[in-house]
Amino acid sequence: MNLTLKIWRQANATAAGAMHTYTLDGVSSDMSFLEMLDLLNEQLLHQGEEPIAFDSDCREGICGMCSLMINGQAHGPEVTTTCQLHMRSFNDGDTITIEPWRADPFPVVKDLIVDRSAFDRIIANGGYISANTGSAPEANSVPAPRDKAQRAFNVATCIGCGACVAACPNGSASLFLGAKITHLGELPQGQPERYSRVATMIAQHDHEGFGGCTNIGECAAACPKEIPLDVISQLNKDLRDSIKQGY
Amino acid sequence: MATTELVKGVRATRSTIALKLAMAASGIIFILFVLLHMYGNLKAFAGHDAYNEYAEHLRTLGTPMLPRSGALWIIRAVLIVSLIVHVAAAVALWRRASRARSTKYQVKKNVASSLSSRTMRWGGLTILLFVIWHLLQFTIVKIDITDGSTGNEDPFNLLYNAFHGSAWWMTVIYLLAMIALGFHLHHGTFSSLQTLGMTNTATSRARARIAGWAVAIVIAGGFSLVPLFIAFGVITK
Repeated sequence: MNLTLKIWRQANATAAGAMHTYTLDGVSSDMSFLEMLDLLNEQLLHQGEEPIAFDSDCREGICGMCSLMINGQAHGPEVTTTCQLHMRSFNDGDTITIEPWRADPFPVVKDLIVDRSAFDRIIANGGYISANTGSAPEANSVPAPRDKAQRAFNVATCIGCGACVAACPNGSASLFLGAKITHLGELPQGQPERYSRVATMIAQHDHEGFGGCTNIGECAAACPKEIPLDVISQLNKDLRDSIKQGY
Repeated sequence: MATTELVKGVRATRSTIALKLAMAASGIIFILFVLLHMYGNLKAFAGHDAYNEYAEHLRTLGTPMLPRSGALWIIRAVLIVSLIVHVAAAVALWRRASRARSTKYQVKKNVASSLSSRTMRWGGLTILLFVIWHLLQFTIVKIDITDGSTGNEDPFNLLYNAFHGSAWWMTVIYLLAMIALGFHLHHGTFSSLQTLGMTNTATSRARARIAGWAVAIVIAGGFSLVPLFIAFGVITK
């Protein structure tokens, strides 16, 4: 496959960036998208150019490190992470536009890498349960209804990649927030801090500069873990209860 | 706007979700109002006297417990407060959204969102401009567009002259406004149910989407009947 790649290049967080166009030959349809970028970087190194910086870690779709806006879609055209996207999803002669996640709370560090530590601070401000250390409690002493446990587990698959923010026209992190609120709020262990948690997490979300949700649904469609839109409803419900409880 | 510190002194009522809740609550008040308004408009099919009688009933509603037009003014006050809340929250959220992405994408594809969901803001502004004209035409100045006279106190004749004969362009303006309203209600109904936390399952979400379609079609369709039937000469004086 021969490809034309339009890629955002930006030397550092403060430098002005621009789109650069590269041509790449000899791409195999069995390559992952990131392997295709590795190939481009090898070519750039041979030419004495600075390779393109992009995030990746596990390359098996479970860590949430890779990102990339590919042809206007977060993680590209398939419902998966960029590392699990393969070049067979593209055609010979295609032009592919690659941009970093665009959201002011996710500032660009270099090229295609953005700083997603805003998510870490949202988690730090309530996205946890307080548990005493020591020996593990007897598991059967805390009954968890199966349907609730199932829902909690399904949304706990959120890997915090930020695709929801990238896809949202408002730059809102509500799907991420909703996934965490639902995951912790559905389980018995999450109950003691349930209503303070939603108040502090949304406050941190707003403070970081993410936008408000307009229930458009682009987030759920972009989510590589297929977190459904109903977690945002759950988030809203818990916030309403939190107001009632005086938070 | 990236930060490094954790927020202290949190108030749930100051969050973006609280703004959304205010928008949902005021929006539902508007939905209830337009339903009643549409019902009143359909009285035009019953003729001149029935229509004007309905208009008069709105003024005598609740009397003698309330003064004349008392109930009408209570409704107006609720609507004005709702409008202020709805618009103020929308402006605040619109500003937040544009600040959250100051650098736009070169290429951005929308894959799941409806056209109605993406046009809420400009559509809302369109409806606001229309409502201002609509109030001037029928409530505040009472403009008869056929001769430009003002202060016309016969509601049916005012309605009839607005859409009859040479005033086809007025019918077009109203129909376009109803398309804007239909779009706004289609997403607004679903969105308000989601914001109120009533769509926690795939089934309830699907029902909320159906509610959006139903509200949009019934209200925008119902409102469009009267201008269309006057324009085509079915409703006569």
